[in-house]
Amino acid sequence: MKDTALVLAGLLTLSAGTFAFRFSGPVLRQRVAFPPWAERLLEAAAVVLLAALVVTTALTKGHGFAGLARPAGVLVGGGLAWRKAPFLAVVLAAAAITAVLRLLGVP
Amino acid sequence: MSSIYRTLTGGTLRDIALACLAVWFIGLSYGAIATASGFPLWVPAAQSVLVLAGASEFLFIGIVAAGGNPIAAALAGLLVNARHLPYGLALPDVTGRGWRRLLGSHVMNDESVVFALAQEDLPRKRAAYWACGLGVLLCWPAGAILGALIGRAIGNTDAFGLDAMFPAVILALIMPALRDRVTVRAALAGAAIALATTPFLPAGLPVLLALAGVACTLSRRATR
Repeated sequence: MKDTALVLAGLLTLSAGTFAFRFSGPVLRQRVAFPPWAERLLEAAAVVLLAALVVTTALTKGHGFAGLARPAGVLVGGGLAWRKAPFLAVVLAAAAITAVLRLLGVP
Repeated sequence: MSSIYRTLTGGTLRDIALACLAVWFIGLSYGAIATASGFPLWVPAAQSVLVLAGASEFLFIGIVAAGGNPIAAALAGLLVNARHLPYGLALPDVTGRGWRRLLGSHVMNDESVVFALAQEDLPRKRAAYWACGLGVLLCWPAGAILGALIGRAIGNTDAFGLDAMFPAVILALIMPALRDRVTVRAALAGAAIALATTPFLPAGLPVLLALAGVACTLSRRATR
């Protein structure tokens, strides 16, 4: 590993900065009185962020395509969730489909 | 925290436990990758407790292991974690006030936020947020430290399809919100932006750009 002090400095920078992001949201929300439509908009923003996270973590690895097995598993899980299947079934089905596809040689 | 058990139904608690188990598994592979990349145990152990945000920790380890500057790696990780600011804005008061907010803010992550959003009223949102947040605070470091200790014995976790669990967890929990037609349009637009920009932009930025998709809900409201 590189210089221990430098790694520690990076680690503490990442920790402190991440905490600042986490802490400032609730503080701002408390200070500013948002009208109901703005609150709905902020909640929609969180759903949009989470949806983007789903699509990027399902389909990409680094800057490229993740292969077919992972998105196929997530898609099956999503289909089950749409049909209101239990959470356990959704998550295990996604992992199982992906694992089986990889076993069969699908990247 | 006994109020968590009184407020949440058994089903929600079981779902939270499963999400935490998934986090534990991913933590195992994170710890194993960290030590396999040449880091001593304290690096994944300290990061898993102090940073407590998986994607940015993987990125930090990856950049430094490839010879990158740790400060630059930290800045890249911060870009990935910037989404926590809009998360905090989106949630009603779930973190608590005063000293509780210090811990309440620290346990904010994708899973605790999505479980809170999925609940109907404020007491349940708060209970789900804390149950999941504290669960992840235990499971992520526990997985990372165990993974770092047993290292290569774990082998390739991708073979078990574990990498499909995180997107499936989040997708299942935002599904009720996606049944709203305006929200789903915004989510699809945002996801398309994120996907289209991923090949060109540093990690974390595409997801932030997805926020532009929220404009879809604005224009709908204006025309109504």
